[in-house]
Amino acid sequence: MSSDDAAHITAGLQRLAGAIVPGGGEVTGVRRLSGGASQQTWAFELGGVPLVLRRAPSGGTTRGRLSAGLDAEAQLIAAARAGGVPAPAIRHVLRPEDALGTGFVMEHLHGETLGRRIVRDARFAAARRVLARQCGEALARIHALPTQGLPALRVGGPRAELALQLEVHRGHATARPVFELAFQWLRAHDPGDAPRPVPVHGDFRNGNLMVDERGLVGVLDWELAHLGDPMEDLGWICVNAWRFGAGELPVGGFGTRDDLFAGYEAAGGRVDAQRVRHWEVLGTLKWGVVCETMLQAWRTGHERDLEKAVIGRRASESEIDLLTLLAPR
Amino acid sequence: MQDHPTPDELLDAVASFLREQVVPSTTGTAAYHARVAANALDIVRRQLALAPAAQQREQAALAALLAADAASDVAQLNHALCGRIASGAMTLETPGLTDALWQITLDKLAVDQPGYDTYARHQAAAVQHKER
Repeated sequence: MSSDDAAHITAGLQRLAGAIVPGGGEVTGVRRLSGGASQQTWAFELGGVPLVLRRAPSGGTTRGRLSAGLDAEAQLIAAARAGGVPAPAIRHVLRPEDALGTGFVMEHLHGETLGRRIVRDARFAAARRVLARQCGEALARIHALPTQGLPALRVGGPRAELALQLEVHRGHATARPVFELAFQWLRAHDPGDAPRPVPVHGDFRNGNLMVDERGLVGVLDWELAHLGDPMEDLGWICVNAWRFGAGELPVGGFGTRDDLFAGYEAAGGRVDAQRVRHWEVLGTLKWGVVCETMLQAWRTGHERDLEKAVIGRRASESEIDLLTLLAPR
Repeated sequence: MQDHPTPDELLDAVASFLREQVVPSTTGTAAYHARVAANALDIVRRQLALAPAAQQREQAALAALLAADAASDVAQLNHALCGRIASGAMTLETPGLTDALWQITLDKLAVDQPGYDTYARHQAAAVQHKER
């Protein structure tokens, strides 16, 4: 039996039922929500309570070099929640004796995460009016989290991120003049590292936000969290790839920069718009490099999902967005 | 000479099968991947139709930009251009560079993702410009 199949997961969760919910209960409806070879998300019910398991199989592929790791992710989510950031409650962190790999169980928040729906569906019209501001508030709270309560995190910044993306891109050995221009521009406009590195979510974008009719319900996917420049998060959510076709609304396709910045400052943050733009350019380039990386994973046989191959053809979206940012016409 | 159906017709037939029969009769990841598969075949169809002319345009533009032999290989020209930009010999200010990259990128998007919003907006603006 594969360690990844639903029966194995169900049996493992059933053994843990009492640790997850006081009094335990029956584990039902185990189903895979998403995930690749290294990380998976499963939904299930325990005594009728909807929960989510995020796990990496033990002995599976090693996690990405930027990943904080699932134990750290659980700690971060708990700290963020305590700091007033909408996030799911952690119910259990997997231990070696649980024999389910590494990971954690959290509450299943109700809402929508699909960016396209959040941007388009009529039922989120009211949410869209407040979402950019709520994102600003949540980000200010994340960036203000006291580091002493957090797990050890890598330290990043615009220079380190640029060097990393260049190294990854060079590793793909693809010739992309538009990427070269973006690398050159980013080097020439280096804003320097932030005066004081703060906790940064690292993947704060439409697609990692749980949203309901009233707005932001939860900030998800903390695995790329690190210490760095807070403006990174504000720039990343403005990258065109996360606007899902609603390009006229730069913040996730649902809001304006003014609203994002106003929420950020109202919750105690300080915006540096020029740095935000720098991170938007770097983020647009990064998305293109990510597309290349997914194709590379498919070509080397590491991932065999069709989607990973086809996404290679989305790197050109990053090229047209970079030209729009750097040489608009 | 190969008989009919043409490559384009075969790709069309498979893409239609995926969209009209596989997608409605499956759910979850299988339905999703059937849609992705149909989209992949559409990319191939557009490439077969558009790439020959686009590649000629790209080759001419890059050869002119680099003052290279007009018969140079397009991959080599791209590689050479990347080197010039990486070394700082060419920048956003280099005459003709961003015009050439815009044309090449628009040609790529026409194959890869003609529905992508930045591309669609750009095409709509270009049409308006022509009409004026």
